[in-house]
Amino acid sequence: MSVLEVENLRIEIEGTGIDIVDEISFHIEAGEVLGLVGESGSGKTTVGLSLLGHQRRGAKIVAGQVRVDGKDILERSPAQLRALRGGTVSYVPQDPSAALNPALRIGRQLEEVLAAHRFGSSHEERLREMLEEVLLPTERSFLRRYPHQLSGGQQQRVGLAMAFACRPRVIVLDEPTTGLDVTTQAHVLATVRMLCRAHGVAALYVSHDLAVVAALADRVAVMYAGRIVEIGRERDLFLASAHPYARRLVEAIPEISGEHELVGIPGTAPRPGHRPTGCFFAPRCDYAVDICREQFPPRERVAERREVRCHRWQEVLAEAVHDRPLAAVRTNGASADALISIRNLQAAHGERPVLFDIDLDVAPRQCVALVGESGSGKTTLARCIAGLHRNFTGELALRGIPLRPGARNRSRDTRRDIQYVFQSPYSSLNPRKTIGQIIGQPLRLFFDLPRRDQHARIVHALERVQLTSSVVDRYPHELSGGERQRVAIARALVSEPALLVCDEVTSALDVSVQAAIVDLIAELQREMELGLLFVTHNLALIRTIAQEVAVMSAGRIVEHGPVDRVLDQPEAEYTKRLLADTPSLESALAIAE
Amino acid sequence: MSTAIRFVRRGISGFVLRRVLLGLLTLLLVSVIVFAATQALPSDPARAILGRTATPESLAALRKQLNLTGSIPGQYAHWLKGFVTGDFGNSLAARGEPVTQVLGKRLENSAFLVLIAGEVSIPLSILLGVLAARRRDGPFDHTSSLLMLALAALPEFVVGIALVVLFGTTVFHWLPAVSLIPPEDTPFQHLKALILPVATLVLAVSPYIARIMRASMVEVLESDFVEMARLKGMPERHVLWRHAVPNAVAPAIQVIALNLAYLAGGIVVVEFVFGYPGIGSALVDAVANRDLPVVQALAILIAGVYVALNLMADVATILVSPRLRTSLR
Repeated sequence: MSVLEVENLRIEIEGTGIDIVDEISFHIEAGEVLGLVGESGSGKTTVGLSLLGHQRRGAKIVAGQVRVDGKDILERSPAQLRALRGGTVSYVPQDPSAALNPALRIGRQLEEVLAAHRFGSSHEERLREMLEEVLLPTERSFLRRYPHQLSGGQQQRVGLAMAFACRPRVIVLDEPTTGLDVTTQAHVLATVRMLCRAHGVAALYVSHDLAVVAALADRVAVMYAGRIVEIGRERDLFLASAHPYARRLVEAIPEISGEHELVGIPGTAPRPGHRPTGCFFAPRCDYAVDICREQFPPRERVAERREVRCHRWQEVLAEAVHDRPLAAVRTNGASADALISIRNLQAAHGERPVLFDIDLDVAPRQCVALVGESGSGKTTLARCIAGLHRNFTGELALRGIPLRPGARNRSRDTRRDIQYVFQSPYSSLNPRKTIGQIIGQPLRLFFDLPRRDQHARIVHALERVQLTSSVVDRYPHELSGGERQRVAIARALVSEPALLVCDEVTSALDVSVQAAIVDLIAELQREMELGLLFVTHNLALIRTIAQEVAVMSAGRIVEHGPVDRVLDQPEAEYTKRLLADTPSLESALAIAE
Repeated sequence: MSTAIRFVRRGISGFVLRRVLLGLLTLLLVSVIVFAATQALPSDPARAILGRTATPESLAALRKQLNLTGSIPGQYAHWLKGFVTGDFGNSLAARGEPVTQVLGKRLENSAFLVLIAGEVSIPLSILLGVLAARRRDGPFDHTSSLLMLALAALPEFVVGIALVVLFGTTVFHWLPAVSLIPPEDTPFQHLKALILPVATLVLAVSPYIARIMRASMVEVLESDFVEMARLKGMPERHVLWRHAVPNAVAPAIQVIALNLAYLAGGIVVVEFVFGYPGIGSALVDAVANRDLPVVQALAILIAGVYVALNLMADVATILVSPRLRTSLR
């Protein structure tokens, strides 16, 4: 008997009869890690929380069973559920900085779990053990700290310690490493793996990051639009998935080796209440035939412990791993004269210096990637160039002409020449303006055009980023994250800049959308002959887009050179470590072999 | 301004010291305004006090008594010096007694009234806010919201008179309609007389505190750390009072301070309605009698209460927010 069995679980939007997820069935053995992957909105967190008998406001479990050690937890009384939560089944949240109570000391928050579940006799001793297990300092002074006095990695370790406090049978990890640096992420993942194995815990690891799941999970379940479309051993699923969506998802993962082109999945997943009859993936599927549009595919067994929901899985499986297009050879058409040149730049936040001796050139038609962990100063450098950060000294020149700090001090043409795309499209677009107004603003600012031409340019800009002109009158909240980021790119490109600065533009987006956006930027860069500064923390992304890379650490550029050279034969210690810590499908599968 | 106080050391005591200095600066500005409005305007306060029929001799005598002779800055300096040294002058109405003596007793009475009103309304409204937020959109939430809105919309003299009609005169005769306290007694000896004025004040300020508490609780209850506390298996009562409330009171503290400060001024109307011998009715009397020194003293006093309460609220906010508290170290 498995430790955890979920059977035919159905969760609805309360009072509407519309399902968020349905027909969810899986089981997890002791010591096993099941990865639950899917894009945002696929219902993976909803399923994860149901293992604790919990649902967020507006959602309701209406059918199915969640059995822990054979007993259905959905039949429990509120008091019994409380005894279960944090005791038998525990939860590690996505964002530890938000999930730890800012008003309570770490020690209190750890100890109250033990107290609530009456675990053990000596709390003090157990607290020490817990901290040791997750490699946190065991001093008393550490327990007296508040959450904001810990680093992101330490906060997540506290979350792990809390989850493992009462030796649970089942643990739900909800994207616990999103927002952490790759190095910290690698350490946290190693801790999770070690603890699950050592204590025989059945773990559900919810994530949108397939590379992370590949590194950790024994088996993987892929969710799409509220259904599990494929479940199976991690190797089978990543090497030869039987469901077209799973295949596309794998292809969208950036790889450090960069052999293959990144392929996004066009279209978006249907939301609850807007799901078609037949297979939900049919509208986006290359394999779709008539039956896919009429009938929802049943669960079929492919092999031992491997199931898929696809009418045509045999055809899909018969095909060798998708002939993934090889990456196009990146031509480095950069000319000798730098578009933007930086010499000996130092910058500070207030009194605190953050950038030291930065030298960097971006040539016209060249893409330079700026890579580093959070806090390395890469965004500050990008903001200096764009005139958003004024507190710097050193030389910064555009086509040989010195640029003054601060966009306000620069001429209209200079401002037009340098455009910026921000990290989060959820906050960079004014929610009170329509898409047309948002894109029209730089046009009014930089060009004196009659109204009709303005409209034509807006439509053209939208088409360039593969949006239809119908979005002109819509507001940002009506668009998906990927669509919003396209709008932000259109806004930057409508002023016909010479240099485009992209600051972590994909980190708020799903993998499948990320691939499409990177693809789009790379294409536009070639087409419009842009100089491109691509800031990212994801090393795996840069091979497909950049010719040169500068690796930053603690405010300095520690390595700089052609992408292939830096990724294949890194010289700096820091780059080597970064590469080793970056989770990737290839390395995960290599280890598994 | 900031350069002048930068030398003050860091930490919570440094913060308090800086804020006290700023508060004193505020009071200095208030004193200028009060002085200007009462004494320095072109009209002659002496004539305003004594009326048209006053003889030139009596006018001159009063001017001398009030220090209305000499230059305006000179008058102000003299006036301010009196204030700082605790000499508020003599009342014109109460047989020339010192202002401190006239107001001392009344100040005690008012402070007593405000403190009781605060002690009842703050816990009560926090409780109401928490309960409403817990059962958000439930019957209790809707009923209390409606009631709070209605109460907030009513001026306190209407509430006061309604209470008097209901419990004092027309309907029931349970409680005294006026709260006269003989000068030789303390309010302690007349607790029954305090019930209606306290109730009026509580009804006047509770709605605001309860509403802000509800709003901030609703937000906190939706937060990740509250969900996490539930997923850790904490009992609901523990989640509510140990995890949620400490994070929700910070915004409420500011509103509480504003309302207590408002009480210090709003008490004027309530004391008048009930004939309660506090600073409110003293102010009303002083204005009617054109008792200049008493008006000036009370204006500064009420301003002082405002400044002190705001300072206390800021300190309390820092003390309940570890993030702010630790950043001061």
